[in-house]
Amino acid sequence: MTGNIPLEYFLILSTIMFFTGIFGFLTRRNLITMLMSIELILNSVNINFVAFNHFLYPNNLQGHFFTLIIIAVAAAEAAVAIAIIINIYRNFKSIEVDKVNQMKY
Amino acid sequence: MNIYDFLIMRHELVLVIIALVVLIIDLGLKPAQKRHIIPVAVTLFIIHTIIGFLPSSGGILFGGMFHSSPLLVMMKNVLNIGVLIILLQSYSWLIKPENKEKMSEYFVIMFFTLTGMYFMISAGDFLMFYLGLETASIPIAALAAYMHHRTKSAEAGVKYILSSALSSGILLFGLSLIYGTTGSILFSDIAFSITDSPLQIFALIFFISGMAFKISLVPFQLWTADVYEGAPTNVTSYLSVISKGAASFVFMLILFKVFFPVMEVWRDILYTLSIATMIIGNLFALRQKNMKRFLAFSSIAQAGFILLGIMVGSKLGMTSVIYFILTYIFSNLGAFGVVSAIENASGKLSMDDYNGLYKTNPKLSLLMMLSVFSLAGIPPVAGFFGKFFLFTSAASAGLYWLVFIAILNATISLYYYLLVVKAMFINKNETPIPAFKTDLPARAGLILSALGIFILGFWSQVYEWINNLTVGIF
Repeated sequence: MTGNIPLEYFLILSTIMFFTGIFGFLTRRNLITMLMSIELILNSVNINFVAFNHFLYPNNLQGHFFTLIIIAVAAAEAAVAIAIIINIYRNFKSIEVDKVNQMKY
Repeated sequence: MNIYDFLIMRHELVLVIIALVVLIIDLGLKPAQKRHIIPVAVTLFIIHTIIGFLPSSGGILFGGMFHSSPLLVMMKNVLNIGVLIILLQSYSWLIKPENKEKMSEYFVIMFFTLTGMYFMISAGDFLMFYLGLETASIPIAALAAYMHHRTKSAEAGVKYILSSALSSGILLFGLSLIYGTTGSILFSDIAFSITDSPLQIFALIFFISGMAFKISLVPFQLWTADVYEGAPTNVTSYLSVISKGAASFVFMLILFKVFFPVMEVWRDILYTLSIATMIIGNLFALRQKNMKRFLAFSSIAQAGFILLGIMVGSKLGMTSVIYFILTYIFSNLGAFGVVSAIENASGKLSMDDYNGLYKTNPKLSLLMMLSVFSLAGIPPVAGFFGKFFLFTSAASAGLYWLVFIAILNATISLYYYLLVVKAMFINKNETPIPAFKTDLPARAGLILSALGIFILGFWSQVYEWINNLTVGIF
């Protein structure tokens, strides 16, 4: 299936995804979009793990297990984060980062 | 593997059971009886703390995923003592009517995060480490947003969850590169294949950045002051003492266990981070007027001192870090205990409100003075010896310039710590905080931290005891 695609392509994809996530986290002003950027980062890590496992160490499955655990934890993280963001919306009537600025310096 | 092998993970098992028992008891209580959960949870936790001190042999479980040794057990006991003091101090805040419905959540979440920290300390591979790290950090965001109708608390929660999720993402990217270059996630296997190849140094930098978020080192400290100010005071003390202490322990253990071959590299990185953390933490603390923000920046500066011991990379450094964190737990909890007692009684948090406190509440002022003296490192109390051992171990590794800068910073920090003392004892105030009596559990918590500050200052046996345990790691 992935026979014709070399490992480097997966690594380039995951690196681009990782830095897109970082860029999105730093530039977006909407809390939900920032959360989505974090998911991009976590998924780039997943691609890394699976690609390394498949190409370099096909005899063990540690990379796959790590990916499964990351997916589960990311879901838990998103659940808590979205609950808190809903609470932010109730308090501030907005989920723009610029509005959530009661505390500074 | 027989059933007795599970006794190795005694701390984790007992704490999970306690958390579940508290959760189940809470289900059967009517709203009017909810406050009875507090004595139950605190008593169970006291029993857990005592059980933790029973001798333990140590061992390895689950094919190397879970390690235990007397040293790791001792780290867990240090955290237990801190959590016990926090639970006692939070009594008068928990029984307020606004928290009536969700009292048990506070205990359950706190116990589960503490379990996460145990697993993080005991981890033998990166999978267990990551799971422990997330178990320890995700629920804390819920604790920070505990007062969900207050805007500041909600803001603290969202700031914490987003920055902690980003930092775990960065950390994980580093871990994936380590897996790619070494082919294993077990610490013992990785340690053999770590060299100073560029990709592994890159991974090391990602790992250090991720952990620096948790320990709030400069330049990753921006979330700290906001979260500390917005979260309820007792959660703030949990974050600044227990969470930071556990993260420092793990940071040290992994740098020693996994990245020992490239010690020259991480020593240079930590050198820079340590200087930046001490200087910026101190300079920002100088201008704070809110007590919680003030303690937040002081805790950032203290994290810079912790790095001093970590980068020594020897048995001496390890002992001094553990001892310093023990003294830091007692002195910081003393300070936070007074802040939370005053906040609960009068709702005041600004440093100007502390003017003339000695006239009305002499005992609280004395404890506060003792705690800030200990944080600043004034001789007879615990904090002095914590800093003294850290500086000695750093000097023994030849880091003379760093020790010099650290001593300068300790002097700067003395200035702002003394500002608090001056406010309480010298400044005049027309309307000082009226005299009040703290309730029994809070008083017990305050007395425990005061005792800890004194005992660690005058009884050198504790240092010897920690020193004997740190043999096992090398």
